[in-house]
Amino acid sequence: MTLFRWLLLSLALSSAAALGVIETYEFSSPALEARYKALSQELRCPKCQNQNIADSNAPISRDLRAIVHEKLETGATDSEIIDFLVDRYGEFVRYRPGLDRNTLWLWSAPLILLLMAVAVVLLQIRRDRASAMSPVQQARAEALRQKFQDEAQQ
Amino acid sequence: MLLKRFLPLAAFAALVLLLVRGLALDPTALPSARVGQPLPEFDLQVLGGEYRRSAGQWRGQPALLNVWATWCFSCRVEHPYLLDLAENGVTIYGLNYKDDPVKALTWLQELGNPYAETVVDINGDFGFDLGVYGAPETYVIDAAGTVQHRHVGVVDERVWTEQLAPFFEGGS
Repeated sequence: MTLFRWLLLSLALSSAAALGVIETYEFSSPALEARYKALSQELRCPKCQNQNIADSNAPISRDLRAIVHEKLETGATDSEIIDFLVDRYGEFVRYRPGLDRNTLWLWSAPLILLLMAVAVVLLQIRRDRASAMSPVQQARAEALRQKFQDEAQQ
Repeated sequence: MLLKRFLPLAAFAALVLLLVRGLALDPTALPSARVGQPLPEFDLQVLGGEYRRSAGQWRGQPALLNVWATWCFSCRVEHPYLLDLAENGVTIYGLNYKDDPVKALTWLQELGNPYAETVVDINGDFGFDLGVYGAPETYVIDAAGTVQHRHVGVVDERVWTEQLAPFFEGGS
């Protein structure tokens, strides 16, 4: 039984490793490698829906990874690389789209929702204040409370 | 008061409208970044020829640029229709994308050649500049050499009439 479990475990681990590695690139510095990882997480595969180029096995993703690697090694900045790809594949390849006319609502939505929430809270507070009791009502309520307490004590 | 009562209903209706519209959108639609721009520069070997071509030499008439490869099944599917189009006088240029030129030549000899000219893009560099992400893809290039439209997938009668033919009216 234990042997069988070990077999299962090693099988699972080895297949996961085989799926994970697509290809490896040599980088001249760890900083470049970190940027490569960040960029390939953030760039979207044009061929496949909802996968970044780091996770995708599609030929086009392989090409894009090769280009990101090459550009990084030749000293391009992150934004230069992203612009280079957007020129060819459009805003579609960015998982974090830039601010333009199409994405204005997307970027401003959190702020708008926050303002709406603040407005609702302020309105509610004002309404609570408006519905607060007048001094006459307060006196009457106090008198009633006193009366019930007295009755309960008797 | 009446307004207050119907406010949630109105909000719900607005949400439904928004979501229904969302359902109708095609999430796979990927507008080509090159539409409205000149065909990217290239200098590539012509398939079966001893000479090279560059972007400027394809100007003068509206044409289709068809991205194909022998490893692409759908390309075989659309091939007979491309032959039809070529027979009816539509200029079609071929972009043999990441393929083996020998296999590509054999394919054209066996199935017929709808292309006025095919350029060989073994590494996919020109394809990359054009924003190609698979095959088949078909671009409409106008007489001035500007990319006017991109269709991803098989070209058939319907695609031709609805999407491509309008660019050729009054031309060829």
